[in-house]
Amino acid sequence: MDEQYKATVDTQAPVMEPGYTFGTVTEKISAIVLTRPASNGWFIGFGIAFLLTMMMLYAIGYLFLKGVGIWGVTIPIGWGFAIVNFVWWIGIGHAGTLISAILLLLRQSWRNSINRFAEAMTLFAVACAGIFPAIHVGRPWLAYWLFPYPSTMGVWPQFRSPLIWDVFAVSTYATISALFWFIGLIPDMATLRDRATHPAARIIYGMLSMGWRGSARHWHRYETAYLLLAGLATPLVLSVHTVVSFDFAVGIVPGWHTTIFPPYFVAGAIYSGFAMVLMLAIPIRKIYNLEDFITELHLQNAAKVMLATGLIVAYGYGIEAFMGWYSGDRYDAFTIWNRLHGPYAVPYWSLLICNIFIPQLLWIKKMRTSPLALFLLSGVILVGMWLERFIIVVVSLHRDFLTSSWGMYYPTRWDWMTYIGTIGMFLAAMFLFLRLLPAISIFEMRTLLPEAEVKE
Amino acid sequence: MKRDPVYGIMAEFDSATALVEAARHTHQAGYNKIDAYSPFPIEGLAEEIGFHRDEVPLVVLIGGIVGGLTGYLMQYWMSAVDYPLNIGGKPYHSWPAFIVITFEMTILFAGISAVLGMLALNGLPMPYHPVFNVPRFSSASKDRFFLIVFSSDPKYDPAGTRGFLQSLKPRSISEVPS
Repeated sequence: MDEQYKATVDTQAPVMEPGYTFGTVTEKISAIVLTRPASNGWFIGFGIAFLLTMMMLYAIGYLFLKGVGIWGVTIPIGWGFAIVNFVWWIGIGHAGTLISAILLLLRQSWRNSINRFAEAMTLFAVACAGIFPAIHVGRPWLAYWLFPYPSTMGVWPQFRSPLIWDVFAVSTYATISALFWFIGLIPDMATLRDRATHPAARIIYGMLSMGWRGSARHWHRYETAYLLLAGLATPLVLSVHTVVSFDFAVGIVPGWHTTIFPPYFVAGAIYSGFAMVLMLAIPIRKIYNLEDFITELHLQNAAKVMLATGLIVAYGYGIEAFMGWYSGDRYDAFTIWNRLHGPYAVPYWSLLICNIFIPQLLWIKKMRTSPLALFLLSGVILVGMWLERFIIVVVSLHRDFLTSSWGMYYPTRWDWMTYIGTIGMFLAAMFLFLRLLPAISIFEMRTLLPEAEVKE
Repeated sequence: MKRDPVYGIMAEFDSATALVEAARHTHQAGYNKIDAYSPFPIEGLAEEIGFHRDEVPLVVLIGGIVGGLTGYLMQYWMSAVDYPLNIGGKPYHSWPAFIVITFEMTILFAGISAVLGMLALNGLPMPYHPVFNVPRFSSASKDRFFLIVFSSDPKYDPAGTRGFLQSLKPRSISEVPS
């Protein structure tokens, strides 16, 4: 490396604070799982999240009893909250894969301290997302009709429809994310197996470790498989939100039928995903004293990714408005006008403020280095990205080509209970994850230590 | 077949550098049935112990090809052969519309092959292994580095091999019961 360049790099916040050894890194991360008692705060937080999960199950139970009539969905707005929340959650998951796969391929070693919980975030977010299409189909006990299976009716899914592409994209994404997360955990499970004192913990972690013993041959194949999975997950994650955007873009509804959708959906997904990563990372590093591992550098880098993807999203909004005018299509032009001045103008302006105007504060270095500011800003972005999906789904559907088919959408309390309930389920899963599995990849942190380097 | 009561002789080292050097010397001394254990992947260590054929990429390639073919042929057969349906006047064999699922199935099969292939080639899951009989070996998942010469090595002899490993200046030496 060029000396001058190296000097400028060294002035940045480090990936990991100095002074750690293999032993102390291992102890510090595994102690959260093995020895540290659960605090009252953990029980309160988990308790609230668990109650919200119960609320979600209640709302879904009532839905199964009564049908989708309890929701606000009507014709013309048949998609409503279910699809808004589905797209929002899937998008949040994307940052986990970006961090674990794309940054691995780009050799960004700072990913090593945040990839594990970001991948957990992906899994839980995809689980929350998966609930919505399944309960939205109207007859959820027949949701398996989505898959091609040899039925007595002899028919098959309609493969020319983006909706069936979505089934394959999302289920592949969920599977690959789970596999990636699991193989990343194997060596750390071995560490926990060797450190745990409770016999049950030894057995459970021992089973999960698959008998990992750290042989050089094993590591070699492991690294090959891990790298190949990263290479496979990279185009996969880009394809998932692209296919989600096809659900809209292939339709002819004004405001949906546009080619900017795939890139702008992917950018929006990463935007909201990094916001969620920060909303999780900032309290986790504080509560579990992990500031030495999740340093200022991580927060700054995540903030920069948010700034960049936020600008791509802003460009997407700009192109939508431009095409509304440039296409000369009166329905497209009306869609833009209706967003700005129609009955849903308040959510649209809020979305512009949350997603475009407020995040420009990230240009200021002070904002990028202040955990509290980043936490609040991430919350604003998550709200903004949820509003974006609301605008896309609801505003386009409620005013289409014929005035006779115009309508309004008002979510009911069941819509809100289900949505807020999935946030509870997501948080409950995160709380359990923090206590049961190493939240930071221990073996990848070891490779960041200077003593890991082989000197010839 | 009579089983040797000794599985091998294991030497413990303090650092990655020491392990790589020890592995190189041991391999150069003519020992072929050896293995090295470390708490994290060390670049080049596998080559030092004579491991050159990593078949994981091949498994993944085959998995990906099988997945892609499965995805495409499934859609073709279902849409154009088994139950042709005229949808919007589109051809039964609408290949551009089949690309997305073909791609997803390629990734799905390749990814599953990567994980299962890696585990199978590594012989995992294997909950019991003789090296776990060495109490000190629990540090192999933390901060210690181990090198083992298996008793099945043709050049292995209890005293000579132990003496050779001693010359590599390890932290400790233990016999691994099988």
